[in-house]
Amino acid sequence: MFLLRRLVYLVLLVVLATSLTYVLAALALNPRSNFEGRNPAPPPAVVDALLDDLNLNNKTPMLKRFGHWTEGLIHGSLGKTIDGGSVNDEMGRRMGVSLRLLLIGSILGSLAGVAAGAYSAVKQYGFSDHLMTFVSFVILSIPTVVLSVFIAIGGTSVNDLLGRRIVYNTGEYTPGLSNWTEAGITDRLEHLILPSLVLILQGFAFYSRYQRNSMLDVLGSDFVRTAQAKGLRRPQALIKHALRTALIPMGTFFAYEFALIFIGSIFVEKIFTWHGMGEWFIQSIQRNDVNATAAIGMFVAVLVLIAGFLSDLVTAMLDPRVRRS
Amino acid sequence: MTAATGISKSDSRGRLVLRRFLRRRLALFGLLMVVLFFGFAYLGPDFYKWNYNQLDPAAFLEPPSASHWFGTTQNGFDMFAQTMRGMQKSLIIGLVGALLSTAIAALAGAAAGYFSGWTDRGIIALIDLLLVLPGFLIIAILSPLFQRRTWLIFVVLLAAFQWMITARVVRSMTLSLKEREFIHAARFAGVSNWKIILRHLLPNMSSFLVIDATINVSSLILAEVGLSFFGFGVQPPDISLGTLINDHWQAAGTQDGYQFYFPAILLVALVLCVNLVGDGLRDALDPNAGMGAPR
Repeated sequence: MFLLRRLVYLVLLVVLATSLTYVLAALALNPRSNFEGRNPAPPPAVVDALLDDLNLNNKTPMLKRFGHWTEGLIHGSLGKTIDGGSVNDEMGRRMGVSLRLLLIGSILGSLAGVAAGAYSAVKQYGFSDHLMTFVSFVILSIPTVVLSVFIAIGGTSVNDLLGRRIVYNTGEYTPGLSNWTEAGITDRLEHLILPSLVLILQGFAFYSRYQRNSMLDVLGSDFVRTAQAKGLRRPQALIKHALRTALIPMGTFFAYEFALIFIGSIFVEKIFTWHGMGEWFIQSIQRNDVNATAAIGMFVAVLVLIAGFLSDLVTAMLDPRVRRS
Repeated sequence: MTAATGISKSDSRGRLVLRRFLRRRLALFGLLMVVLFFGFAYLGPDFYKWNYNQLDPAAFLEPPSASHWFGTTQNGFDMFAQTMRGMQKSLIIGLVGALLSTAIAALAGAAAGYFSGWTDRGIIALIDLLLVLPGFLIIAILSPLFQRRTWLIFVVLLAAFQWMITARVVRSMTLSLKEREFIHAARFAGVSNWKIILRHLLPNMSSFLVIDATINVSSLILAEVGLSFFGFGVQPPDISLGTLINDHWQAAGTQDGYQFYFPAILLVALVLCVNLVGDGLRDALDPNAGMGAPR
């Protein structure tokens, strides 16, 4: 019941967020300027016809354009890009690229962060705790752009040091290699390592900090002591009783962090020249592409929805009180 | 939360906090550095030979030297003067934006918790909506509207998308505070709602708000850099650390890398120091802070 209610609420939020993105993009971006800037400037009637075809004419009232766009959306079409191509096709191509980065970054990052944070808390004020706190503190102070550039340079030095190329810092794969051969897959992995590393490091820093705090709060509580007094060995008591409880507050962060990790991927895609959703977002705004921008807003909102729902699921699994309410 | 230690003199809490803060050497170091950064950014250029918008036709793309401390760019601009200019903007954006965003968070959160009912539901829904749709995306979409206008609009927008998490915490703190006797007493004495919020509720969370504002300074600087990097924030001819990084990141790893390293490393150092101050303040103001006060 709790999950169903959450799902309805989250879906409602996605609808709102997508509509809001569309309306804001339609207000702020000016597709007409793309055509008027051309040399020779096309006659106004031609521009109007072009814009009408794309549903981007700012002379049509906003509500009518929005209605037209919603109608398309219900039939599964996200409209046309500013070049007249299909937003769906472009999105299909780019989504996979971004999802690979986002999933690897968020899953590995959160797992590593939770593990490190919990371990840190158990060994509070030990050497590893100080080191981990320091590292995550520094990572959280570095902007994603700068971190990406540093890691890209670091990759080059590693290559130089080893005398052969083992990681790449531009692009997603080497053109010409076929996909499903061993060489093709290794090549993709070698391209994937550095960009993912940026997102993993940030996720690690983010989660280890919160997990440490949350674990410390739990470690002092009576039930952990009771569990040990009943005869559970310390690792068992820590994992089954302490970590399980300490994970509950992390759920809330997971959904929120997923939106942030998308933002991070925009920078990563730019520095490592990946052609994913992040790069598309920047291009769409620069090219006044309202339909594409709205589609990306929807993409992000849906991702956050899924992450939010997953974290609700996990919370319900870990916390019996939630299930009962 | 306040004066719980039972010390009677009125200024003793302030002194206690100050003593605790001074004991944290790292935080003190951070504070000193932040002050230095401010001093350098605002006063440094007055004592320096080159102006940020001045070309040196005798030095194109020259590495750091005694004449040009951070070297020069391809056009002959002095990197030190430009970096200081950029830091001025980043610092002021961080400071103004942080104060604004904490103020919004305090008012919205307290209103949600205090009035409950529809106000509460509305504010919670707004917070959830803004968390689903990150501020970065919205500001980027809106950027054509404030291009070629004052950067103050940009600061207001940054603050407008930074307050949500804090507001949630303020709301939950308000929920527990508003059942306390002194709030009831104020209400029965006929004090108006907003006056109760401003005079009685918020001062009781001042520790949390101070910490939050400090940490917001660094998040806002980071947000500014991110947006300006893509040309969605500070626009030329204005210079910020973000625009400098955008201009020069491709030089990183080459022999002209100094153009990127100086602004980038100063930026990281600045954010790091602000975070150190924030951490120290947290320890000094609220030694028992646990998960109740995230970040």
